[in-house]
Amino acid sequence: MVENDDPAAAPVLRTTYTRAGKARTIGITGPPGSGKSTLVAALVAAYRRAGERVAVVAVDPSSPFTGGAILGDRIRLRDQFLDEGLFIRSMATRGQTGGLARATGRMAAVLDAVGYGVVLVETVGVGQEEVDVVRLVDTVCLVTVPGLGDDIQAIKAGIIEIADVLVVNKSDRPGADEAARDLRYMLSLGASRTGWTPPIVRTTATTGEGVERLVKEIDAHRTWSRESGEHDRRRLGAARSEVETLLRDELVRRLGDRRGAALDALVAKVASRETDPYSAVEQLLGVSDRSG
Amino acid sequence: MTVGVQPSPIRVVVAKAGLDGHDRGAKVVARALRDAGMEVIYTGVHQTPEQVVETALQEDVDAVGLSILSGAHNHLFPRIAELMKQKGLKDVLLFGGGIIPDADLPFLKERGVDRIFPPGATFDEITTYLREAVGRRRH
Repeated sequence: MVENDDPAAAPVLRTTYTRAGKARTIGITGPPGSGKSTLVAALVAAYRRAGERVAVVAVDPSSPFTGGAILGDRIRLRDQFLDEGLFIRSMATRGQTGGLARATGRMAAVLDAVGYGVVLVETVGVGQEEVDVVRLVDTVCLVTVPGLGDDIQAIKAGIIEIADVLVVNKSDRPGADEAARDLRYMLSLGASRTGWTPPIVRTTATTGEGVERLVKEIDAHRTWSRESGEHDRRRLGAARSEVETLLRDELVRRLGDRRGAALDALVAKVASRETDPYSAVEQLLGVSDRSG
Repeated sequence: MTVGVQPSPIRVVVAKAGLDGHDRGAKVVARALRDAGMEVIYTGVHQTPEQVVETALQEDVDAVGLSILSGAHNHLFPRIAELMKQKGLKDVLLFGGGIIPDADLPFLKERGVDRIFPPGATFDEITTYLREAVGRRRH
């Protein structure tokens, strides 16, 4: 229901939303094949050992052509499928481009509200710019692997800037030292935006090597984030984007309901270049620059 | 593209249960369903019936598809159907395919399997079946 924007989901979300906010929310992002799902499985095992109830929301891409998707993140978690303290939900992006599905935040909020102490959000395999996850979670772990590029890659803008914890996974492979060194170099170049310097954790998710340290660093970030006010700043940003997204969707939906025919006609006019998209939007909203 | 509520994609679990490790068929079907616009949750091989049903529950799917080539279909299908009933998944379709003798079909049907696709079934048959059957159940 939540995923499908079912109107019946609204009451559920209304009651759950105000109860959410207690869980530790952790984002796992990184390029395809870097071992995000395997690392999530290792983190699940670690948090379960510590007695936490854990929820995982894992996002995989939808086909841009058919809308279909193959959601395979559960495969890495199959040893834990029957653990009562673990809930896994797979989501397809359904055309969203920021690395998450549109309803991922709402899904995470529901799981938080029903009492999962740790909510892990695994993004699709990302490139350089899919940074939506930072608006959703307390702590973002960026997973990279040896051999992805040199120190120039490490100083580019984008995804690397949202990392609260940097993970060099597959650390048993050659090049792990260089990968960690390049990241350290990148961090040494300038002061951090927030005052937090992301730690670099080397892991081998398949064996669990380094995962305990990762858990400690995630905790350390959370503690810092709460004390420094960063946590509140992020929650405020997240709330703003959530409200604005809903507002946008609702406006488009209401417009479609009331003026669907006018909308279709204007879209056709834009397509044939009789008018431009800016004028079309103004017409639909019934406003012009002057009236504002 | 028109504005409005699009029907949500059909969600299907494609699973391999039991000791059967031959998953080429399951992957090919998963891919075909994807290409037909469905969201396919693929579980990997060697799942227990409990795991398959728990996945169906957590993932809120419309249908569960089992690929069975091991001869254990007369055990696995009824067990999964029974667990689905216990967990309240009464609106979820159970279907499957693999090496399943015609003689077993009435028994499986009676135990809650909606449809079995024999070797040689086309992707078209499978996707058309799912669209129609899921469409009926959603309304």
